Amino acid sequence: MQYTLTHLQQLEAESIHVIREVAAEFQRPVMLYSIGKDSSVLLHLARKAFLPGKIPLPLMHVDTQWKFQDMYRFRERMVQDYGAELLVWINPDGKDRINPIDHGSEKHTQIMKTEGLKQALTHHGFDAAFGGARRDEEKSRAKERVFSFRNAHHQWDPRNQRPELWNIYNTKVSAGESIRVFPLSNWTETDIWLYIMREKIPIVPLYFAKVRPVVRRGGALIMVDDARLPLEPGEIPMQKMVRFRTLGCYPLTGAVESDAETLEEIVRELLLATTSERQGRVIDFDGAASMEEKKKDGYF
Amino acid sequence: MESTHPAHLAPASPHRDDALIRSDLGAYLKRHEGKDLLRFLTCGAVDDGKSTLIGRLLYDCHLVYEDQLAAVMKDSKVHGTTGGGFDPALLADGLKAEREQGITIDVAYRYFSTEKRTFIIADCPGHEQYTRNMATGASNCNLAIILIDARHGVITQTRRHSFICSLLGIRHVLVAVNKMDLVGWSEEVFEKLRADFNECAARLEFSDIHFIPLSALSGDNVVRLSTNLPWYHGPTLLHHLENINIVTDRNLIDMRFPVQYVIRPNLDFRGFAGTLGSGVVRRGDEVIALPSRRTARVKSIHTPAGERDAAVAPMAVVLTLDREVDVSRGDLLTPVHNQARVDHQLEAMLVWMGEELMAVNRSYLVKLASATVPGQVSSIRYKVDVNTMRRAEGSLADTALSLNELARCHLTLHRAVAWDAYRRNRVTGAFILIDRLTNLTVAAGMIMDRVSPVDRPAAKERTLSAFHSLVVPQEREALLRQRGCTVWLTGLSGSGKSTLAQRLEKALVEAGHACCILDGDKLRHGLTSDLGFSAADRSENIRRVSEVAGLMNDAGVICITSLISPYAVDRARARAIVNSDEARAGRFLEIHVSTPLAVCEQRDPKGLYKKARAGLIEEFTGVSDPYEAPEQCELVLDTSLRSPEESVRLLLGLLIERGMLA
Repeated sequence: MQYTLTHLQQLEAESIHVIREVAAEFQRPVMLYSIGKDSSVLLHLARKAFLPGKIPLPLMHVDTQWKFQDMYRFRERMVQDYGAELLVWINPDGKDRINPIDHGSEKHTQIMKTEGLKQALTHHGFDAAFGGARRDEEKSRAKERVFSFRNAHHQWDPRNQRPELWNIYNTKVSAGESIRVFPLSNWTETDIWLYIMREKIPIVPLYFAKVRPVVRRGGALIMVDDARLPLEPGEIPMQKMVRFRTLGCYPLTGAVESDAETLEEIVRELLLATTSERQGRVIDFDGAASMEEKKKDGYF
Repeated sequence: MESTHPAHLAPASPHRDDALIRSDLGAYLKRHEGKDLLRFLTCGAVDDGKSTLIGRLLYDCHLVYEDQLAAVMKDSKVHGTTGGGFDPALLADGLKAEREQGITIDVAYRYFSTEKRTFIIADCPGHEQYTRNMATGASNCNLAIILIDARHGVITQTRRHSFICSLLGIRHVLVAVNKMDLVGWSEEVFEKLRADFNECAARLEFSDIHFIPLSALSGDNVVRLSTNLPWYHGPTLLHHLENINIVTDRNLIDMRFPVQYVIRPNLDFRGFAGTLGSGVVRRGDEVIALPSRRTARVKSIHTPAGERDAAVAPMAVVLTLDREVDVSRGDLLTPVHNQARVDHQLEAMLVWMGEELMAVNRSYLVKLASATVPGQVSSIRYKVDVNTMRRAEGSLADTALSLNELARCHLTLHRAVAWDAYRRNRVTGAFILIDRLTNLTVAAGMIMDRVSPVDRPAAKERTLSAFHSLVVPQEREALLRQRGCTVWLTGLSGSGKSTLAQRLEKALVEAGHACCILDGDKLRHGLTSDLGFSAADRSENIRRVSEVAGLMNDAGVICITSLISPYAVDRARARAIVNSDEARAGRFLEIHVSTPLAVCEQRDPKGLYKKARAGLIEEFTGVSDPYEAPEQCELVLDTSLRSPEESVRLLLGLLIERGMLA
């Protein structure tokens, strides 16, 4: 009989508690599914939370149309493996029109992600939406609640958050309002990887190092994932052994040079790393405190 | 601060075995699989250097990534308070607004891990108006770091922070005496501060308090042992955090399982999902669902790692029961023999967190474990002044509470729910109040030990009537050749009460008398297992034992009790219960086992004195809690002067003299 929980077991228990609380208290919850590793962990935890039953809520992917092709393939595989209901939402106002190359990362993210998400939540009338965000990712996330209240316009007010004590969560909302729920709040990047390793959770192959065609832009290695990425005059894609520490829209996500082809090698690389995972994300560098501004506006 | 330029940052951490990670990751992970999690909060006044301390801790543990550091170096020039040099505080401060104001406005969480442990820091603000944030941060922590600016000493905010930590149930405190460099690393200043803090903490319920002199800005004694403090021989802050024992903080005795969600995938499976709040549950355990009081046995236990024979708090599990019982969300499963209280009346300490005033008798939603019920604050007993840690004068007639006020209140719920006292159980003793109109969380509540008897003055008279037996006491006395009485042994731990009780019992039984021992330790496993060792709990313990002793005496049995029973008022009450009317008069025989403290401490059969002296046991009689020796009693026995045989002879003599033995 084991009387003490390791920190991973404790995190797992706390996340399951949060997931069940949402299923028990909300009318129409949804799990935002971004296809990344955190989403994989979230999905795995959701399955555990309701075994031997099924996950009693749908998944939703707010698609920007600019994800890596590997991610779309992986998404379909997961839906089959988990037998989950998947909703896909593409902002109709920006569909096939807005892209990160012609309109810039800020506008693309604003329209396809932030606006798209808000439309989708309103359209389906969801009163709770799970996200895989972690507090260790970025400064303004460090004070995000596990149950984060959003008004009817999906906005976050960092100065007026509900106090959150013990593991007692206030789930009350009025019509139109909603709660963003972050079961992975207390996990770190290392915890996520160790858990993926321990539980053998499937993740998108892009996390593993492989020779891929990339171009160097503004210090970041951008993968030429399909023909939509216009090359600068004279720019020739290099074949480099790279992998991704974080996944988003491919023109906005920098690869890192790496030889880590297995989970064990990824964990080793991570433990010895000297830079943070969000360094590869272009959008965080749009302006000082930029994540906070996006979050106030409704970004996850 | 040239020495802390990023170029000098060595990526290899002295707190991480990089060589092993490279050569044998499997072995490294195996070694670290068992790491546990310590949650602590940092509290201090505005300029005590809280953020600086956290930044320093992360930086010196080499847990700051190069890109994060580069951003901070850039920020240091704009927002820093160190004249453009590296400002560790910027590693910790989060939001834009507060960075500009140079203050922290909310609870921010930080994560780090060393070779020994994983940590979560709740960084709490120090301003007056943010009591609620501190309570929020403290609610999930085991330990608090209370920062004190060495130049200012113990100030009002220190008292307030300490009090809130204690109220929220934090048992371990680390007092970080910061800015020692600004007081010339003075031992005298440090010692004065230690004495002042100990005085302020005397009224609080901490189980251990440690003091560390340091400088967060320069890093002395944070991670690296300082060379500026040759007179200090203790550990660094990090060393202390890595090594303090928190395993015993968990309540593993009282199994409490709030049913959170019912899983019913098909007709053959009905599982009750939830997080084990405390204790251990095993397959086959008989459990009762509260408040419905339906019982069943645990048929299977499903943990995240698969089916198991047992589970321990705080695991998230699914239980199935051996029979169809109507159990749903909001119910609490407990052992049949160790139940929570079920009541719609409760006493609690409230921390008011709403902008709007709390109004007596207004309806709120009370969320307690998995139950949500409407309820109201029916009265405010008294407000507590967090600065003085005393009852606020003239608050008795108050009918409203405002933001950041604290008060002991009486709550009436619209229906009964199961609960425990907060100091016994954080999960079943805590609740929040939700405003029914705005949906805001307006208060946090911690349930106090018991409902005050004045709340139901009429209940006893209304429902109970005296019961009369057809057998008169004389008939029983003739049958048993004895009169039931209570030999009440009182004295310090280790004074020899249990030995005397055993010897006396044996002597009586050998002489053909019916008798039994009510032993304090034994009773605490059952009859009084819900009680702790506070003055209030000790007195309730004694009340229950007295009632049981009185009943046994009614049955004609001689009862020997072996309890420290340190307070005169409790023993007087015990006497009143046992000698409850004329027919029962004279049955209570108080024996003071007066063995001196020095002898008891030398004997120390259970090693308790040693623990108490080390500060590991709170409120230990003779060490940190008084023993009030009886002024009048039936007999005084000092076991350091008399042999057990002689003592037993004296006791038998007393029983014969009082007409208890035929």
